[in-house]
Amino acid sequence: MKRFNQAAASAALLAATAGPALAQEAQSLDARVNAAFAAATGPFVSFIFAPLPGTAFPWIVMWLVVAATIFTIYFGFVQFRFFSHAIALVKGDYSDPNDAGEVSHFQALATALSGTVGLGNIAGVAVAVGIGGPGATFWMILAGLLGMASKFTECTLGVKYRNEYPDGTVSGGPMYYISKGFTELGLPGGKILAVLFSVFCILGALGGGNMFQANQAHAQIQGVLGFEFSGLITGFIFAFIVFVVIVGGVKSIAAVTEKIVPFMGILYVGAALIILIVNYDKIGWAFGQIFGGAFTGLGVAGGMVGALIQGFKRAAFSNEAGVGSAAIAHSAVKTKEPITEGFVSLLEPLIDTVVICTMTALVIVISQQLIIDPATGNYVLNEAGTAIATVDGNSGVSLTSAAFGSGISWFPYVLAIAVVLFAFSTMISWSYYGLKAWTYLFGEGKTSELVFKLIFCVFIVIGAAASLGPVIDFSDAAIFAMAVVNIFCLYFLMKLVKTELASYAARLNSGEIKKFEH
Amino acid sequence: MSTKLVIGLDGHSSGERALEFAKTLAGQIGACELLVVYVIEWSPYSFQTAEENAQRHKRREEEISTAQDRVVTPAIKKLTDGGLSATGKVRHGNVADTLNDIAKETGAAQIIVGRSTESGLSKRIFGSSTANLVMEASVPVTVVN
Repeated sequence: MKRFNQAAASAALLAATAGPALAQEAQSLDARVNAAFAAATGPFVSFIFAPLPGTAFPWIVMWLVVAATIFTIYFGFVQFRFFSHAIALVKGDYSDPNDAGEVSHFQALATALSGTVGLGNIAGVAVAVGIGGPGATFWMILAGLLGMASKFTECTLGVKYRNEYPDGTVSGGPMYYISKGFTELGLPGGKILAVLFSVFCILGALGGGNMFQANQAHAQIQGVLGFEFSGLITGFIFAFIVFVVIVGGVKSIAAVTEKIVPFMGILYVGAALIILIVNYDKIGWAFGQIFGGAFTGLGVAGGMVGALIQGFKRAAFSNEAGVGSAAIAHSAVKTKEPITEGFVSLLEPLIDTVVICTMTALVIVISQQLIIDPATGNYVLNEAGTAIATVDGNSGVSLTSAAFGSGISWFPYVLAIAVVLFAFSTMISWSYYGLKAWTYLFGEGKTSELVFKLIFCVFIVIGAAASLGPVIDFSDAAIFAMAVVNIFCLYFLMKLVKTELASYAARLNSGEIKKFEH
Repeated sequence: MSTKLVIGLDGHSSGERALEFAKTLAGQIGACELLVVYVIEWSPYSFQTAEENAQRHKRREEEISTAQDRVVTPAIKKLTDGGLSATGKVRHGNVADTLNDIAKETGAAQIIVGRSTESGLSKRIFGSSTANLVMEASVPVTVVN
């Protein structure tokens, strides 16, 4: 997901701050906590992000891309065959008017999207293009298209095996389909795998879905205000707002955010489109850079493979296909056909990665923030040789900001607001994913839920206040550990989805499933 | 064959007046079937949190039973007490579209509604439900002041 600080970099930072700074006791305490945490979790983090032997390619990225490819082939390119059907479902063409008032396909999609669209689309892409060059975009799009099949598989299962309670509420997600699906297939170990998934999901929710978001939001606020202040302030404000939403049940704040976030997304894509239209004469060139870079690297560190790694990594980290989080969000929809939610969910990586991430990449390329050697046409590397040199030495979110700023001067301010709002909506979404995993382990109930929600709020403050490199590395690792368990189980459960797909396709072709008149 | 009339209620006094009007009208027509409808304003394109989604089914049931108890059932009672044949329905959706859809489904002769009680900015931008219904309806509409 939204991970772009390497373990090595944070360890170096840690070593620098852990020096004999006796005057700064608080900082050294912080550093000691970090060091202890890093030592305890280091092996796990190193294992998850370990490169494949002899390459710089993290195996976890390969794990996600290979799975996406297998699902794509196994379901006969479902993301293309049922693409227009997915659009029709979202439009409500197949919704029974008597079910009006239930969660619509559109709502489930929008909710899941607000959990994935965020910093990864804005900052993460800049990192990918900054290191891997424009060619990374090509591989990112390819991985996004393949990821659609992973989402389809997990979200279909999410609805099919959700729990429906007598009071009308629902709970769903990988922990439910793993335990129920394995039992149905007569396979052992379903319960253990479900528990393992839940543990990783809680850790991922507290880390990547919470601390990392709070941390980056604080950094953005500081950047815009132009002076440094304690993260505790940002943390407490964020924690308070999240507290009144998830504990106090003040739905209006969440409702406002949920309305602003899509608006921000549209504004972001709109601004990108305006920049592209103004520079329409460069679009052909930009695509030339993207395709050329994809296969030659155009001088980036690692060449073609370097571009490929960055592109795949960004897509996998951004759209969360195969992680299992979306299956939790999608399981609330009211439908007689679980597979329809699978079709709808496959639009998610398309919107998140193929549309939004690509827009960011195109704007960065077209704005010519990346320095090209006029003699060779290749990109010029920075002094360290690790990334492409940029006009103002920007990287990450500041590179995106500069790229948009070169086209629309005031847009960086809008971008800063967007980043904070995306961070907030991602936190709200992940608080729910974490809660579902928590209640799976400890049972549903007011007290049990309250305990988790309070823990969640405390972690916001910690995340905003401290520069917890190792903690964030660990929580990102936990999110990908979710994918290890989830995809492993999906390989066993995918035949259940295939049965559903065959039955649905047959009924759709025979006309048994038809549109409702609206 | 009896005449079918759809009465759109909004839980306000204008709805009450629409009900009174329908009662009088039905008395004049004679063989009449009255369908009392309460539409809960709802859009499938609104944005909700994951938690709201999970509880949506429960909330919907609650909304329907509240509308049924507070508005529809008392209205039906009022009509049947007056010796008329009346049934009720609660639906979610856009008020104007839903009333029109129900009128079409049931083959109603006309729709009777009270003047809208919406005010402020949203009325200026989107128009009122009543005005939208009058413009879009496929059967005659009577608006009771």
